[in-house]
Amino acid sequence: MTTAIADGWTMTRRNMTHVVRAPEELILYFSLPIMFVLVFGYVFGSGMQVAGGGDYREFLLPGVFVMTMLYGLGATATGVALDLSRGVVDRFRSTPMARSALMTGRSAADLLRALLEMSTLLVCGLLVGWQWRQGVGKALLAVGLLLLLRIAITWVGIYLALLVRNPDTVGVIVFPAAFPFTAISNVFVSPELMPSVIGTISEWNPLSATVAAIRELFGNPGLGGDSWPAEHAMLLAVLWPVLLIATFAPLAVRRYQRLSR
Amino acid sequence: MTTFEVVAEGLGKRYGPTRALDTFDLTVPPGTVHGLLGPNGAGKTTAVRILTTLLRFDTGRATVAGYDVLRRPDEVRARIGLTGQYAAVDEILSGRQNLELFGRLFRLSRREARRRAAELLERFGLDEAAGRSAGEYSGGMRRRLDLAASLIRTPRVLFLDEPTTGLDPRSRNQVWDLVRGLVADGTTVLLTTQYLEEADQLADRISVIDAGRVVAEGSPDQLKAMTGGDRIEVVVRDAAELSRAARLVAPLCGAEPELDPEVRRLSVPVVDRVAGLVDVVRALDDAGIAVEDIGLRRATLDEAFLHLTGHRPDEAREPVAAGRKAEVA
Repeated sequence: MTTAIADGWTMTRRNMTHVVRAPEELILYFSLPIMFVLVFGYVFGSGMQVAGGGDYREFLLPGVFVMTMLYGLGATATGVALDLSRGVVDRFRSTPMARSALMTGRSAADLLRALLEMSTLLVCGLLVGWQWRQGVGKALLAVGLLLLLRIAITWVGIYLALLVRNPDTVGVIVFPAAFPFTAISNVFVSPELMPSVIGTISEWNPLSATVAAIRELFGNPGLGGDSWPAEHAMLLAVLWPVLLIATFAPLAVRRYQRLSR
Repeated sequence: MTTFEVVAEGLGKRYGPTRALDTFDLTVPPGTVHGLLGPNGAGKTTAVRILTTLLRFDTGRATVAGYDVLRRPDEVRARIGLTGQYAAVDEILSGRQNLELFGRLFRLSRREARRRAAELLERFGLDEAAGRSAGEYSGGMRRRLDLAASLIRTPRVLFLDEPTTGLDPRSRNQVWDLVRGLVADGTTVLLTTQYLEEADQLADRISVIDAGRVVAEGSPDQLKAMTGGDRIEVVVRDAAELSRAARLVAPLCGAEPELDPEVRRLSVPVVDRVAGLVDVVRALDDAGIAVEDIGLRRATLDEAFLHLTGHRPDEAREPVAAGRKAEVA
């Protein structure tokens, strides 16, 4: 157990060193949410409506936080797939390293990375006029929910990489796979303002649960409607990620073990 | 009783209908180099992956450094080093960071890992490049780093899977020297290669494998004798003279030459290379047969295969040619 933690930490440090030595990727992942804030907040924002009233930029920011967590999927999946394709995983597996360390190290490093991304985005948000209005305690709780979602997404990413293996393919499928989840959700538009079927799908989207919950915790506008998922956003914001972890972590572990077949 | 550092008994591994390994047997005594020689797809890498605990097998038994590969994989991993066909180091980390990382994974303390990394970097002539990303290294440097990473804790058994494929001759010689040094220090080495010459240079014993089975085993000299060893090739100017030349050459070399009338060439195995060549030149000259070209040629892997397996390994020809080309470039 101790060696598993020590090896996990060794691998976490390795993945963090990657971020330091090759920061280009991080910049790419930063630029996307910032671009969305600028385009939606300033270009389309003037024509956007928030159900129940309120400032659109303040409505938008929690959505962009969640979207950033989702796009971490690309970093996770590409990182794991690159390791697999370059044979360095074989070298790791031929050392006495704890078998779990490859995945726990990835998961922990991605969490640290998400923390870094979150801090940057919070500052960006404050710069464009967003703020938390319910005190620091609830704001931290909101950040906690975001990180919980990120952990769930990490495991989806690890599984995806082990399933697809080829890093180029992973790079190509991540964005088309992730984008609909942000589009058909409450990230940019309130579901009440969507056609009924799409609105319902949006409300049940796992991302929407976290977005709605953190809007509530930050005291931002757009607390959408009186549907069941909207009323129980906080519960769903915990339940969805836990469910995703409970599904994808065992799947990923099984796939990883199958490397030796 | 000798204890062997590597034992494989009747190893079998199938992927669907394909038998990657089929009753594969191997014993390697301590402190020796054993070569696995065969074309791509013969099962060399499969055997190495099984013996290094990376791959499960379906049938048979294997021990490495005295431990059962299936039941005590952790004990095996603590005592082996693996250098794969493709330099398996972290390409973003620097050379030093790579070695420190693997030092930690081999359970060295942080300080020990740092010291060991510095030691290996110096020994492998990488200290000047220690701070650069491994991804920026040349092929030869990467292979050396890869080798250094498998020597963190001087392994009892070192597995080298095609360690010089794609390297230029100078880098190849460097790798060979490093391997010889390790063996002198008592490490046992299992080496896979497509090159007869490499096995000849390094290995005490060689197993030739084809379609997942060992088809011949012996010292390099024994193997060369089995495959016919060196050959003399003569191209005559006039095709009509070819059979007369063959009748002259046969008693000198003690074997019936193979004739290829289309290119007016005869080819005959020879035991004593230089004396044989002198005899043949003199005999042809005395008989007044005009010779366009004459030379000694080493047995090729293809010929070894033709001889040992009775078929030309289709898969062998192209990868071997590609490998050779990479060496020249």
